[in-house]
Amino acid sequence: MPANNYEYFLLLPHIVLSVGIVLSILIEIFTRKGKEVLPWFSSLLFLFVGFYSIINIDKNFFIFGGMVEVGGRASIFNFIFNIAALLTVLASTDYIKKYGINYSEYYILIQSSVLGMMVMAMAHDILVIFMGLELMSICFYILAGLNRKRSSNNEASLKYFLLGSFATGFIVYGIALVYGTTGSTSIQNIFENFMQYFNNILFIVGMLLLLIGFSFKIAAVPFHMWVPDVYQGSATSVTGLMSTAGKAAAFSVLLILLGTSLSYSSPIVFRNYFSVIAVLSTLVGSIIAIAQTNLKRMLAYSSIAHAGYMAIGLAAGNNYSFAGITFYLAAYVFMNIGAFTIISLIEGKDETRLTLNSYAGLNKKSPFLAAMMSLFMFALAGIPPMAGFFGKYYVFFGAIKSDLTWLAIVGVLSSLISVYFYLRVVVYVYFMNENEQFEIEKSVGSNLAISLTGLLVLLFGIFPDSLMNLIVNFIK
Amino acid sequence: MIIDYIPIILVIIVAAAFAGIVVLSSVIFGPKRPNKIKVMPYESGKDPIGTTHERISIKYYLVAILFIIFDIEVIYVYPWAVQFKSLFNDFGIFAFLPMFIFLIVLELGFLYILMKGGLKWD
Amino acid sequence: MINLIYLTVLLPLIGFLFNGLFGSKIKNEKIIGIIGSSTVGISFLIVVGAFIQTLSLPVEQRSNTVEIFTWLNVAGLNIKFAYLVDQLSLTMGLIVTGVGFLIHIYSIGYMHGDKGYWRFFSYLNLFIFAMMNLILGDNFLVLFLGWEGVGLCSYLLIGFWYDRNFEKGTTSQAAKKAFVVNRIGDFGFLLGMFLIYFTFDSLNFKEVFAKATTFPVTETTFSLIALFLFIGATGKSAQIPLFVWLPDAMAGPTPVSALIHAATMVTAGVYMVSRASILFASAPSIMIVVAVIGLLTALMAASIGLVQNDIKKVLAYSTVSQLGYMFLAAGVGAFSASIFHVMTHAFFKALLFLGAGSVIHGMHEEQNIQNYGGLKKYMPKTYITFFIATLAITGVPGLSGFFSKDEILWNAYANGSFVFWLIGVLTAMMTAFYMFRLLSLTFYGNERFDHHHVHPHESPAVMTVPLMILAFLSVVGGFVGMPKVFVGEHGNLFENWLEPIYKPAQLKLAHFGMHSHFEEILLMAISVVLALSAIYFALKVYTQKPEIAESVSSKFKGLYNLLLNKYFVDEIYEASVVQPIQKGSEKLLWKFADVKIIDGAVNGVALLIDKLAEQIKKIQTGFVQYYALVMIAGIAVVLFFLLFSL
Repeated sequence: MPANNYEYFLLLPHIVLSVGIVLSILIEIFTRKGKEVLPWFSSLLFLFVGFYSIINIDKNFFIFGGMVEVGGRASIFNFIFNIAALLTVLASTDYIKKYGINYSEYYILIQSSVLGMMVMAMAHDILVIFMGLELMSICFYILAGLNRKRSSNNEASLKYFLLGSFATGFIVYGIALVYGTTGSTSIQNIFENFMQYFNNILFIVGMLLLLIGFSFKIAAVPFHMWVPDVYQGSATSVTGLMSTAGKAAAFSVLLILLGTSLSYSSPIVFRNYFSVIAVLSTLVGSIIAIAQTNLKRMLAYSSIAHAGYMAIGLAAGNNYSFAGITFYLAAYVFMNIGAFTIISLIEGKDETRLTLNSYAGLNKKSPFLAAMMSLFMFALAGIPPMAGFFGKYYVFFGAIKSDLTWLAIVGVLSSLISVYFYLRVVVYVYFMNENEQFEIEKSVGSNLAISLTGLLVLLFGIFPDSLMNLIVNFIK
Repeated sequence: MIIDYIPIILVIIVAAAFAGIVVLSSVIFGPKRPNKIKVMPYESGKDPIGTTHERISIKYYLVAILFIIFDIEVIYVYPWAVQFKSLFNDFGIFAFLPMFIFLIVLELGFLYILMKGGLKWD
Repeated sequence: MINLIYLTVLLPLIGFLFNGLFGSKIKNEKIIGIIGSSTVGISFLIVVGAFIQTLSLPVEQRSNTVEIFTWLNVAGLNIKFAYLVDQLSLTMGLIVTGVGFLIHIYSIGYMHGDKGYWRFFSYLNLFIFAMMNLILGDNFLVLFLGWEGVGLCSYLLIGFWYDRNFEKGTTSQAAKKAFVVNRIGDFGFLLGMFLIYFTFDSLNFKEVFAKATTFPVTETTFSLIALFLFIGATGKSAQIPLFVWLPDAMAGPTPVSALIHAATMVTAGVYMVSRASILFASAPSIMIVVAVIGLLTALMAASIGLVQNDIKKVLAYSTVSQLGYMFLAAGVGAFSASIFHVMTHAFFKALLFLGAGSVIHGMHEEQNIQNYGGLKKYMPKTYITFFIATLAITGVPGLSGFFSKDEILWNAYANGSFVFWLIGVLTAMMTAFYMFRLLSLTFYGNERFDHHHVHPHESPAVMTVPLMILAFLSVVGGFVGMPKVFVGEHGNLFENWLEPIYKPAQLKLAHFGMHSHFEEILLMAISVVLALSAIYFALKVYTQKPEIAESVSSKFKGLYNLLLNKYFVDEIYEASVVQPIQKGSEKLLWKFADVKIIDGAVNGVALLIDKLAEQIKKIQTGFVQYYALVMIAGIAVVLFFLLFSL
């Protein structure tokens, strides 16, 4: 049945972005000036969509027969995705020129992936989720291999594609089983009658396969094997986007699934699953990261650990912890994009300067970058007053609320371990002598992105309540 | 629950065992007198040339991928066209518009390939 | 205007950011100076506006809260970043921004040509920002924020000339000393804050003070809270035992000494005690401690001041001594008298320091008063203003210092004891003596400086005009707080204005002592006569018969050396506290506990995890098939457990 006009109007951010993508393609194929125009065009697009969504956060409705939710939680996620994409674009215009991969497709693919994420974040129907997921994933597969002349990029892209399709297979199988047992794809319907399906093993297996598929996307152990290779191999700016917005999108789906199950007060069947995932991810991520000297690889393991911390919130399964995860994601997006932007500035033309050694004595080369790198490392380590601390704090607090104190303790312990490798970077930056000379090419865009992320990380750390209150109000 | 599936599992086991036994017995009992022609890969009766890992021109690949665009188009458009009359009676112009947008987006992909030179044969 | 009060905090912050970020690139002293001063000037105007608006309100509506934002909301602890605009904070705000503005103007001239000109102004603005937070905060945490902020600024400004030497060490050491000693006090303050939160479940002034009168809290608890808070105050306001940092703080530029170490920051402790008057009033035993400590500090510092030769040192000890007076007043329950003395002291002590700065400026950085003499004719404006300030501090009737000091002495007698009064008057005599000794040695008598190298000259107008304004204030500032014996029960404007703030505390203290007017006038007359005779004696000795001073000092050599060396307090602290801690930290905590035990354990664990990480790392082989296998294994394990758990 056709929706009424008002419902379309509520979808304005998505429609604007879609039209923007179409326009971008037209600009590229007809004017051939995509390389110059698209960075600014997509920045404006992200800026508009992000802020339009957050301004209309009050207009919280279910439309299209309950298939999608606009406003509220979806708005918060839209904001996160778009700001992440905006920062990535700002930071990477010079980076991709440096590598000679300045294709306008880069921007078009980022736009499309953001659209996919936005669809995921608003979906309340398994099929809509799947549609968004595939749109996002396929764009990422291509983005990962953007630098097609470099074999590491091709390797990353292919590995990501193969394992990603593998996970998608499980998701589809899960969807099929769930649909087969419940006869519905609507998440509401499924959880409304959860008790009725609860004893049906096929239904539970289906749900579990669905969760496992998304565990793959959030990079949780033991479905994390692709992460280090893909994050290390892909272009740095792409890694920044994949590891932040991509993860946030996958989490948004998990939050919808578990959040809906919570609102129908279904029993928390998957608590054990998420507890195990969380413990494994935090510990494995933190411990292996210690042995890494390549910064991108280190951050890949750190990203696994962070997925673990957030999974603690999933295991806790209460509204507070879900709000905490959302806060954590926002904080994580900013600090990680900041860190990856700095890495992209340092790494140089031939990807040689990625190891810790290249960061020795960075303070002498650029005090600004040194200070910001330390800021992001402190934030990732979760040291107050940076935003990262409050992300962890809210999630752990949520866990304690659900009587999962042991899980919170494991989280604290592994974040203690993680301090070691984060602060090691700071030690190299400030206390080691330079052992190689090179010029750091800075640009206005990347400086802007770094300053903005740094500012936001500090701001959300000093005034965590401002964001948290907003989130708590809209995560029901 | 699980009990219900035991017959299926039994069938699987029996089938696998039967197939396995048949294949194995031919390996065990069958006479083996290999010669050069016998161990040659089967290539429709011709003598094989070169390795089995033959490289195929990427052009085939492109055409195959492009075909998907039209493949998908047909999947959507055909049922829609069949039902168009009744849809139009019910929804008026709204029966037409979504498909119109869909086709525009689809053709945009085609246009992209065309302008990027994806169809130039050499 | 009350709602705009946040601007008084914001503007100096903007000034700080501007000068701090761009100052080094501007290089134009005028722009830096104007921005630095005007932000404080506008803040002053806003405070004046808020003051007038508050005056026009009926008494019961004069306390207003301006909420800025919610700062923290964690597990029941709800801290709002809010400003309390009431009689007390407005009074302090007027002093800080008003005197602060004049000192900013003065600094434009004083710091002329300094290579850290922009740094100086940005620090000064940062100080005003922190100080306004301290004064305006409506809860202990915002107060503490400002408290630490002014401590930081003090540290930065004492060590402002980080490349210069100061006495036996460097300015950095003086700065460090100030910071560390202050931290000891802050520790007490923090404990007090924790105890307040623990007892009253809030840190908001209004809530805490309301609960203090209604909650069933034991006197022991009140005593502990008051004691901890007072320890904090002794650190910031340089009282026994933590006064040792203030004389060393003179290593900073003179305007800093005037602003931070005389007029404003050091009175923060007095402000805090006065703000928390009800908590102190509920702990009578601690009130006595406050009064006694204040009195002893006043006496001790004044006696040290008698023999010091560095012009700024004399003034520094004088400041410590006057702060002692303020605590004496607070200790006997005369909170409004203590704030009144804060105000008059801000005027004349800022003036004295700025005058001293003008002298030092004209004498090419010479600070020893034995090398001055006869400067009256070279710098007439500085002399006249300095003279007025000296009269004010010695308590010559009619000037501001007289009124505030007299009120304190009278309260010490009426609500305390005769001994308090006696020691107070003795201190006042000493004050009169050392101030006129300073005046005589500097401006009268023979010219003892080297005419070939030193050419004394008057300072430019940008420095002398603030001196004149402050001189005017030092003269008339006291008239708002005339003694009741002259103007009747409701004639003391200052006390009437602050009265609502101290009402709960005064109800608790409930003084009954009835004293006759005759008694008050008699005591007043005695103290005036004693002060005047001390002045006469000082003038006599140091202008006409300097040999008397020498013979006295050689006759009482032991006492003289004791005073000259400040009772050896620094040395005693060094030997009893600093050295043991340093040795203990080095030998026991560092080389043994830290290196052997803690580092050993940490390194051991780290090594273990490192080795573990190296092993686990090998799981990552790089083969996609293998990755897929791990995934499958994971799924298999999960499903396996699921099937068995259902």
